[in-house]
Amino acid sequence: MEQFFQQLTNGLAVGAIYALIALGYTMVYGVLKLINFAHGDLFTIGAYLGLTLLTSLALTEHIGPVWGVSVLAVMVMGLVALIGALLDRLAYRPLRESPRLSAVVSALGASIFFQNTVMLIYGARFQVYPQNILPKTAINIFGLYVPLIRILILLASIVMMGALYFFIQKTKVGTAIRAAAIDQGAARLMGIDVNRVILMVFLLGPAMGGVAGLMVGLYYGQINFTMGWVYGLKAFTAAILGGIGNIPGAMVGGILLGVIEAMGAAYLSIAWKDAIAFCVLILILIFRPTGLLGERVAEKV
Amino acid sequence: MQKKYNGKINPRNAVYTAVAVVLAMLPAFLNPYWVDVLNSIGIYAILALSLNIIVGHAGLFNLGHAAFYAIGAYTAAIINTRFGVPVLWLLPLCALTAGLFALIVARPIIHLRGDYLCIVTIGVGEIVRIALINNVFGMTGGANGIFGIDRPSVFGYTVRSPYQFFYLIWAFAGLTIFLFHLLEYSRFGRALNYLREDEVAAEGSGINTAHYKLACFVVGAAWAGMVGNIYAAKMTIISPESYSFWESVLMFTIVILGGSGSIPGVLLGAFLIIGLPEIFREFANARMLIFGAAMVVMMIFRTQGILPSRPRSYKLSKLRAGEGSP
Repeated sequence: MEQFFQQLTNGLAVGAIYALIALGYTMVYGVLKLINFAHGDLFTIGAYLGLTLLTSLALTEHIGPVWGVSVLAVMVMGLVALIGALLDRLAYRPLRESPRLSAVVSALGASIFFQNTVMLIYGARFQVYPQNILPKTAINIFGLYVPLIRILILLASIVMMGALYFFIQKTKVGTAIRAAAIDQGAARLMGIDVNRVILMVFLLGPAMGGVAGLMVGLYYGQINFTMGWVYGLKAFTAAILGGIGNIPGAMVGGILLGVIEAMGAAYLSIAWKDAIAFCVLILILIFRPTGLLGERVAEKV
Repeated sequence: MQKKYNGKINPRNAVYTAVAVVLAMLPAFLNPYWVDVLNSIGIYAILALSLNIIVGHAGLFNLGHAAFYAIGAYTAAIINTRFGVPVLWLLPLCALTAGLFALIVARPIIHLRGDYLCIVTIGVGEIVRIALINNVFGMTGGANGIFGIDRPSVFGYTVRSPYQFFYLIWAFAGLTIFLFHLLEYSRFGRALNYLREDEVAAEGSGINTAHYKLACFVVGAAWAGMVGNIYAAKMTIISPESYSFWESVLMFTIVILGGSGSIPGVLLGAFLIIGLPEIFREFANARMLIFGAAMVVMMIFRTQGILPSRPRSYKLSKLRAGEGSP
């Protein structure tokens, strides 16, 4: 029971991180029908920027851990969103009219570029986050202890995902995003500036991804320049699991995948932990390509 | 390329012949280190040519090619170290296991749309690598891999030095180029190109697209499996890190930057991507950065690669009735 509960909360925290990254994939896919391979690397950049800001500004020492981390998160979100918008402008926008696979290659190229930029700036070794940022306490829930950070990650993600959901569903810009996702041509005819919608998507998605990077840094305490693509692939799996192009789907898929992975690692085999997500990916694409709540992906005629 | 029967020399063919002659003579002027670089280029060239069938000709995005390469290499290593069968005799078996694996894996996923296929092949590649690390069936030696693979021997001569490997590898590359050239201009090659350009139209013209997609996956994988065999024999020690996702990306980059669907393009790509970092060693760390940027720039300004495949042309006078239809 103890182990199950620990794995469950761990899975929920990791799943919340997957969900945050998956949102970026699913929104870009919804609007552009493009798998943004560079998204995982934006997540890495978020983790590294978080580390740099954390150590150079020492915010948490000046204004306390909670405010410090919050301000840090906002800064990371802003910076990574900027990089995301730049990525769209330089690597994807010139390819809007080209065949879709050209954009996929461009995305792969951008991913390689980001990954190696991070490696050249920070070095190839693991970088370590300072250990004393958040209090290392555990919270007692019905007699079982859960580390505080897991709860914070889960809560912060739920708040952010809720805000995003509200934004997409209730605001004018959100409506424009949904319209562009359904039919770009028609949206354009209705007077929606599709390029601005795409820019918006490339600000929101990377902001979420960047914050997820910061969370991984705080949770695991170490980051590496290659981690982006493993997290990226798993988050993409989560997006497919929930149904690609579907925002609540990405949230559900992420959390579900996190829990499946944690349970698989605990009860099946720890050595095969990384393979579990890929098996889920393949099984989902074979048996239910629409995902749990989503759109059709197999070749349509 | 069209066959000329009028005795005139095609300037393109003259250039290819000159390049081949220069390449064949190069080892005489180079030290073992540089010959070894040429060997690496040769291995990647063959791998990229095999991937070119899948990515370039059929337009199927495969980012897990290293898995097939790994299966070939491990087949050779396991059978050679356990049963002592000479490595090169295992070439057909390596092709068979890699091809069979491709058949089993690709069968259920082949209908997926381009970018999904890409993601799934990445997943397959990773699962294979993780399986190798976890010492699956107790045969792959875990993270350390397998060592003590025999040197290959050709007609009783053991191939040992980089110079000898140069001729073995490039002979295989030459054979690959010849066969893949024939394949490109065969009914099979034409069908693959058709389904790359317009799958619906291809299906409508009576091309069994699922069958052809699967067949090209199996051919590409089988060839990569054979390269795996040669690689295992060259290194005498293999381990899972040699088959990481980045190997697949490297092969993919060679095909895309060189010119997908074009044999000269892919060869040039292999020289540029494997060879250039050796020349500019001080920038070796930045090479993937430059390739990444080059991929983006290339897609924007020259989607077809450095040396793109030329459109097929058939002279009317040379066509007999019924010839040239797929």
